[in-house]
Amino acid sequence: MRKGFVRETALVLLPLVVVLAVMPWLYNNQLLLLNIVVFLVLAQGLNLTYGFSGYLPFGYVGFFGAGAYGFALTLMHTAAPPLLAVLVGGVAALLAGLVLAPLLRLQGAYFGLASLAAAEALRHVIANQDLSEITGGPYGVRLDVPFRPVLTYGLAIGILVLVMGLVAWLRQSRFGLRLRAARDNPVSAATAGIDVVHGRLVVWLASATAAGLIGAVYAWSAPTFFPEAVFDLSFSIFAIVFTLFGGAGTLVGPVIGVVVLYGAYNVIGVSAPKYFQLVYGLLIMALVLFFPAGLASLAVRRRRDG
Amino acid sequence: MADGARADTRTTPPPPLLRVTGIVKRFGGFTALDGIDLTVRAGEIVGLIGPNGSGKTTLINVVSGLLSANAGEISLDGRSLTGLPAHRRSAAGIGRTFQIPKPFASLSVRQNLEVAARDGVDIDAVLADVELDRHAARPVSDLNSVSQKLLDLARALVTRPTLLLVDELACGLNPVELARVAERLRALAAAGIGLVVVEHLMSFIDSITDRVVVMNAGREIFGGRLRDAVQDRDVVEVFLGAPEPVAA
Ligand SMILES: Nc1ncnc2c1ncn2[C@@H]1O[C@H](COP(=O)(O)OP(=O)(O)OP(=O)(O)O)[C@@H](O)[C@H]1O
Ligand SMILES: [Mg+2]
Repeated sequence: MRKGFVRETALVLLPLVVVLAVMPWLYNNQLLLLNIVVFLVLAQGLNLTYGFSGYLPFGYVGFFGAGAYGFALTLMHTAAPPLLAVLVGGVAALLAGLVLAPLLRLQGAYFGLASLAAAEALRHVIANQDLSEITGGPYGVRLDVPFRPVLTYGLAIGILVLVMGLVAWLRQSRFGLRLRAARDNPVSAATAGIDVVHGRLVVWLASATAAGLIGAVYAWSAPTFFPEAVFDLSFSIFAIVFTLFGGAGTLVGPVIGVVVLYGAYNVIGVSAPKYFQLVYGLLIMALVLFFPAGLASLAVRRRRDG
Repeated sequence: MADGARADTRTTPPPPLLRVTGIVKRFGGFTALDGIDLTVRAGEIVGLIGPNGSGKTTLINVVSGLLSANAGEISLDGRSLTGLPAHRRSAAGIGRTFQIPKPFASLSVRQNLEVAARDGVDIDAVLADVELDRHAARPVSDLNSVSQKLLDLARALVTRPTLLLVDELACGLNPVELARVAERLRALAAAGIGLVVVEHLMSFIDSITDRVVVMNAGREIFGGRLRDAVQDRDVVEVFLGAPEPVAA
């Protein structure tokens, strides 16, 4: 059990962190590098809930936005240092996750759509003209926060390590195994003594918190933004498509998804982003229908003996 | 078999392991359980028989907490279970198997038991006991239906139940396998576990139970020894065809 955790961490997480850490010396586009880490965190965060409990939240970006605004509002209305405000961003998303926990009673597409509606509702509340005094409303926010590219990039990598560490642990631990059992068959899981609701809630909240933390770091690195920017549905779509493409429930899958698809997006997509949303939307459907286990499953199938 | 447990307590009989009283379960306007009572003592095997659709599985679902009853009380060892969710009832000592096995499809045979096992349970011994040890590392989808049934039983056993509800385990087993399962269930009872065994195969029921409850249309129509049940007019009528046709 623990051997698998060490092996996966050594084979996937460690090299990834090394590469990300040296990248700034090889490649001088800080914003793109940060975005890569942001999408790695979002994909792995989504992986927590989809890969281990089967819930696919189309409104996942809501937690990202909650984190960005948790960070922004803390800086706007208190004297808290930015690092603390990042934590507040994580807590804001965690609380949003708690509020939305009843959605976990819904299944499949109903859950996906309800989470999407919730993210939209949150955006509307924040963008509400009457709340402009507090949230900046539709005019967005312009934060007076020191520009610390190395720190924010390092923070983002730190969050990635935490999230991927959690994924690796879930893949090897008894708790993770019980989650998979509950996903396979919630009825037999319950009769086998597994608290299905509790397990789902734990990964849901962890998933929300991850998105919130990285949303806060994102806001710190780009401190002038409109509500639309941090509640952009593309974040959800990208995270979903990266995870599904590489393989949900694995540690390496979402990484593959981000590298291949976000790479492709940056090479050919940026000039035609609307096209890419369409292509990615279609890709999600195709993956869910025909290839639900993603690319990583090809490797798994070959060495499946235990 | 279970006489030892009963003989020494002639003066004050111990409280039953399971006490079910007045259970009513409706599905919409249809009443599947219509005021069922059931008691099971530790070390006793109670056969639960009745025609298709009489409510046997529904009763097991209500006792194991998968369905909540519209009325009635359930207690285990004197402790009320009413309103407790299924996983808590498992923790309280209720284990069950399913009429159609429900394995965890993406897990290996051994992992199917690992997720359910209480601390200190020797999973490999339980696997060996149901002769699945050779398949421990295989995915469950490799197992045939009989092996999946035995895996279902094994998964219930690693939760260390004090009450085991067995829903049509014998169906599909050959005579050799039947004899082995019967022996295993008797051994569980001898170890003090109370069992409710739902079965259509009367010879199997006869070989393991002291007492049967016959259900029809959500009610108990007979309780007692199987050999007396087959003499009972109501029971014979239910099993050999009612005077008027029963609606499907
Ligand atoms: N979830 C449900 N919703 C609606 N009706 C149900 C449900 N479960 C069971 N029933 C109905 O309740 C009645 C009792 O079903 P149950 O499965 O308990 O019978 P059974 O005695 O186990 O039969 P069998 O011997 O065929 O397994 C049947 O008429 C069945 O159609
Ligand atoms: Mg049945």
